[in-house]
Amino acid sequence: MERHITAPFDKKLAEELTAGDYVYITGTIYSARDAAHKRMYDSLMKGEEIPMELKDQVIYYLGPTPAREGQVIGSAGPTTSSRMDKYTPLLLEKGLNGMIGKGKRSEEVIRSIISQKAVYFAAVGGAGALLSKCIKKSEIIAYEDLGTEAIRRMEVENFPAIVVIDSKGHNLYTDRGCVD
Amino acid sequence: MRTIHTDEIIKNVKEMCIEANLYLSSDMKEAIGKAAREEQGVLGKRILGQLCENMEIAAQNQIPICQDTGMAVFFVKMGQDMHVEGIPLSEAINQGVREGYEEGYLRKSVVGDPLLRVNTKDNTPAIIHYDIVPGDQLEILIAPKGFGSENMSRIFMLKPADGVEGVKKAVLDTVFEAGPNACPPVVVGVGIGGDFEKCAILAKKALTRNLADRSSLPHIRQLEEELLEKINASGIGPGGLGGNTTALVVNIETYPTHIAGLPVAVNMCCHVNRHVRRVL
Repeated sequence: MERHITAPFDKKLAEELTAGDYVYITGTIYSARDAAHKRMYDSLMKGEEIPMELKDQVIYYLGPTPAREGQVIGSAGPTTSSRMDKYTPLLLEKGLNGMIGKGKRSEEVIRSIISQKAVYFAAVGGAGALLSKCIKKSEIIAYEDLGTEAIRRMEVENFPAIVVIDSKGHNLYTDRGCVD
Repeated sequence: MRTIHTDEIIKNVKEMCIEANLYLSSDMKEAIGKAAREEQGVLGKRILGQLCENMEIAAQNQIPICQDTGMAVFFVKMGQDMHVEGIPLSEAINQGVREGYEEGYLRKSVVGDPLLRVNTKDNTPAIIHYDIVPGDQLEILIAPKGFGSENMSRIFMLKPADGVEGVKKAVLDTVFEAGPNACPPVVVGVGIGGDFEKCAILAKKALTRNLADRSSLPHIRQLEEELLEKINASGIGPGGLGGNTTALVVNIETYPTHIAGLPVAVNMCCHVNRHVRRVL
């Protein structure tokens, strides 16, 4: 099913989304990848604040290329999600509702997606130029020292993604009978 | 003796870094276009269409095809009858990378120490493989390598008794385990023979071959074709979301090996299989 959704979104919408849905996301999402995840995770484990409120938010696993003058952002496709698996269950517990990346997730993450009623989207890997056109605003809000791995708040418009793992645990990568 | 100044090398390497990240070679572009026309999977076809559109947007807007502009991997063939003047050759190549990644608005994806993990902020150092060859020319090939697919690459120290069936299993297991992670449709580079590091270098080199060039060895050519067919029968498809285009090509390079061994390396590359070659 094809549908337009807004981000951030609540649990009600997360539960409606089904593996295989082709969605266009409009609204606010955040970029964070390996180093930002590690830093947020370490802070949360120490009981410290992190630079963003996670409740209902969507994180995009992204480290863009630098923007040329006049451009909002450079090439901006998804990175491989499994590297964030170690940190993901804790972020989901803290209210994170959606993740956009590419590739498989661990059993632990899938269990956590089900128990927290979250959703995992895939964007098209290697289509960074195309996807950059859906990002209308981008601003570094934390961890600037991490360069491309800093956390960005981004306004997106009709950002195309596919629901791969839904809140019931359906998994588009494996349920089709594709070799896994 | 022919002399090349490192200023010329720096300038060429800089241009090659930018070119490789903005434009795919025509054989890659044609293969993705053909796959988009022939793909049977509904989602798969849609994704391949987006990859074609992505290449156009990249070229028009000078935005890298993929945000992972890679580690800069070089294969350099240096004629033994030539002389390099100026700064040390490796320093010149790294300077070209530094300038190319800065001026081309490419991502700096290298950390200086693998455990301390602080970004070097200029995408250096590059990985440079040198060959000394006859002649007086300097051939430089750059193949920026993204790590989504690099992380899914594998090496197998098989036994001679494992034979060709063992090789097939190693390749297929690697591609199927990679699944959506390596950004299919993939290009599969395979090195068979040599020793531990030689087969890995062969596998990387295999990725730089023109897609239309098949192995000149009949049994290897047959193996390339058989593996491609088996991979595409898996149904993994573009983006791992279903379809009959999982790999664009399987390229195999071989080298003599030891009586006790059968090393096999499988270097995975996504559909953004970039390489630019220049002869100075």
